[in-house]
Amino acid sequence: METLDRIKQQITENPILLYMKGSPKLPSCGFSAQAAQALISCGEQFAFVDILQNPDIRAELPAYANWPTFPQLWVEGELIGGCDIILEMFQRGELQPLIKEAAAKHSQDEAAGE
Amino acid sequence: MLIHTRIEQKLLDAFDPVVLEVTNESHMHNVPAGSESHFKVVIVTPQFDGLRLLQRHRAVNAIVAEELAQDIHALALHTYTPGEWYEYYAEKPPASPKCLGGEKKVPV
Repeated sequence: METLDRIKQQITENPILLYMKGSPKLPSCGFSAQAAQALISCGEQFAFVDILQNPDIRAELPAYANWPTFPQLWVEGELIGGCDIILEMFQRGELQPLIKEAAAKHSQDEAAGE
Repeated sequence: MLIHTRIEQKLLDAFDPVVLEVTNESHMHNVPAGSESHFKVVIVTPQFDGLRLLQRHRAVNAIVAEELAQDIHALALHTYTPGEWYEYYAEKPPASPKCLGGEKKVPV
């Protein structure tokens, strides 16, 4: 599959998705670490893609996203932002409701599909 | 011209900011001494009124797109309207924005 199609598929199939350097448990970059930590604090499951293991995604996602750096948080197919935006929203109490809502909606969808 | 100076000048020209702080944080990262790879920008301008964070960051990124593509590895952005700036920072020193405490950052 083409890289761009893979990216689109990942964004479509994962309601909460973090593109980051390393993994949430073993981040390879301070900014990715902070972003993952804020997401973990929201208490919902989320998907992640380690862009260091996926150089093709690392190369193509910034142009597609119109966002030059990593990490990138995508919620329900929409780019929320990078580390600073994630942290700022978290500190203002705006991140948790967004994440909770996406997670709740997704679990409803799953239940409906069963 | 230093990349630092270039970023500052471009942001001044583009946003007419009330507050602008461009800090080279490269020494906190795993790069050679004297590098200009990691920057932090605190920018306060009425032009951000009505823009979501994502839109503000995109606006700043667009102005320094060339530097981002060629020179800068990381650009931390803190974007505020004058109203927000006053609300958040009136009683706190502006030199201590919220995002400085990353666990990987080495104490200076």
